Amino acid sequence: MTGSASPRTLFDKVWDAHVVVQREDGQCLLWIDRHFLHEGSFHAFDKLAARGAELARPDLTFGIEDHYVPTRERDLDRIDPAIRGMIVQLRGNAGRHRLRLFGLDDPGQGIVHVVGPEQGLTLPGLTMVCGDSHTATHGAFGALAFGIGASEVAHVLMTQTLWQKRPKRLRITVDGALAPGIAAKDIALSIIAAIGADGAAGHAIEYAGSTIRALSMEGRLTLCNLSIEAGGRCGMVAPDETTLAYLRGRPYAPRDAAFDRAAADWLALASDGDAIFDREIALDAGRIAPTVTWGTSPEDALPITMSVPDPERAGDEGRAAHIREALAYMGLRPGQRLEDVTIDRVFIGSCTNSRIEDLRAAAAILAGRKARVPGLVSPGSAQVKRQAEEEGLDRIFTEAGLDWVAAGCSMCVGMNGDLVPPGERCASTTNRNFRGRQGPGSRTHLMSPAMAAAAAVTGRLTDMRPLMQGRG
Amino acid sequence: MQAFTRLSGRACPLPLTGVDTDQLIPARFMKRSRAEGYGGYLLHDLRFDAAGEPLPGFALNQPERQGAEVLVSRRNFGSGSSREAAVYALVDYGFRCVVAPSFGDIFAANAVNNGLLPAQVSDEDGEALLAALAEGARDIVVDLAEQRIILGNLSCGFAIDPVWRTKLLHGWDDIDLTLSHVQAIADFVAADRERRSWAQPGRPEGA
Repeated sequence: MTGSASPRTLFDKVWDAHVVVQREDGQCLLWIDRHFLHEGSFHAFDKLAARGAELARPDLTFGIEDHYVPTRERDLDRIDPAIRGMIVQLRGNAGRHRLRLFGLDDPGQGIVHVVGPEQGLTLPGLTMVCGDSHTATHGAFGALAFGIGASEVAHVLMTQTLWQKRPKRLRITVDGALAPGIAAKDIALSIIAAIGADGAAGHAIEYAGSTIRALSMEGRLTLCNLSIEAGGRCGMVAPDETTLAYLRGRPYAPRDAAFDRAAADWLALASDGDAIFDREIALDAGRIAPTVTWGTSPEDALPITMSVPDPERAGDEGRAAHIREALAYMGLRPGQRLEDVTIDRVFIGSCTNSRIEDLRAAAAILAGRKARVPGLVSPGSAQVKRQAEEEGLDRIFTEAGLDWVAAGCSMCVGMNGDLVPPGERCASTTNRNFRGRQGPGSRTHLMSPAMAAAAAVTGRLTDMRPLMQGRG
Repeated sequence: MQAFTRLSGRACPLPLTGVDTDQLIPARFMKRSRAEGYGGYLLHDLRFDAAGEPLPGFALNQPERQGAEVLVSRRNFGSGSSREAAVYALVDYGFRCVVAPSFGDIFAANAVNNGLLPAQVSDEDGEALLAALAEGARDIVVDLAEQRIILGNLSCGFAIDPVWRTKLLHGWDDIDLTLSHVQAIADFVAADRERRSWAQPGRPEGA
């Protein structure tokens, strides 16, 4: 731990507290406080078995069934055996190594990046890893959370540590009031459009400013989730009273006097006033519009009021080539108004936008209205599902004609069989619009839950604000 | 892990920006065992049509590109997911190096952990290499010790993190290095328990 008196950022404070060994060449061996595993972890467990190695810290390791779980029905005997095999493999590995597994019938089950915060497993000041790039989500609590590959997963399983090179630090400050209906998803897509899908490469992002302070924890989770889509190593928000209020009483969080002691340490993690960042970017919240993607990268995002770009007007040949390829794949024409783009399906779910506030935002648009297209609403966890049903949100979705299903990664990545058919255009609250992401030949348009709901109502990409008139 | 020092082989161009991990290996193949080899899934939906027939226009399918060991592409190669399967697909296909102006951070780390060299070139040099390949250049040399690429009469340097360069040159795995620090880890854990007593997961009520 450094005894240096020089000012430090939130990222510096959390990083420094976890350095076990620092080598001359700058590589650091970091202690890992939380390790989450999903069904994709079989490669890592195979490496463990090949070495005859033991799991170092089962108490810090948590398994979740999310990527492959069926959402329309939960009986594993009735699903594709190859998909069932992925879940069975995780159960075998979890049982062998005696780690807590949130299986698909567990009342705490859901998408890993929804469950961690809900259960109080995610805390400020922790290092958290998982074999999933959207692990950055947990940074909303001021944790240092990032995705890792299978070899690194195996390394953490065996040693509870990870070698890392210290990234640079980027602060993105957003100030001002958001216009009505504008959500964290719109902030995130606007950032990615501004700096590019690799704009934050090699950097840990800290989100700061009055707009960020005003976001709920769920809004911060959405924002941090998309850090990876800007190329960021991770994304963090300094803990504050909003964070503490969320965490009090969560199952795995500290309690009573221990909570109060922790809270003091957590609040002290905020960046020092005179801390220096390697790079700074500022955005004006008032300029952020409802945003949708039109292309095959999250950076292909524009306000709903605009039109599909023209490759002839692109800045360079690489960008022009990308626009041409994207328009050909997405079946769009240069200059086509985004509000004229029809959609075939809607998906409300994923680790980006499947929490209770997301469902409320979508339900506020859909209440008393019908969807013109088929769609799926997958709450982020069993807990979110229960709460949504208590609030009657499920009935709003089903009366609109959408399917209300169980929790899982579902149509975001389609590993469980929830796919968008070839050629179909899907208005999706997810995080990636890569070619074929939601199924071969599928066309994804990313947007906020309210925007996805509006698209469902009109059957095309739509500005949700007029549909909010007269509604809470 | 196989060491990488100097490779003399065939190059294949992939003049696409942001070749993401969903292109490198579509998710539906990730249930398969690694034992089968993932090479057949590399860039599957760009390589094959819906019927599974090779698309003749795609670089990897061209006769002169068979046996390629070096892939040359554009910025933000390997953006997206942490799926190490994206690297397995490249390595099992036969690639030992990818040359591009930039890489997804997680992909690059995964590549190094599997002996695949992510060689970073400037935008200009990247475009020059692609232009030469489009004109028929084929045989390439990638020298990790010198950090140099030679293609026909083009010669350019490339960047690689020095720690990664050492790892690749020696074929080292992280785990053996870590096991030499077992005492430091134990010391850290003991001190940390005092410093951050709140960091342990609590016990849910009733558990």
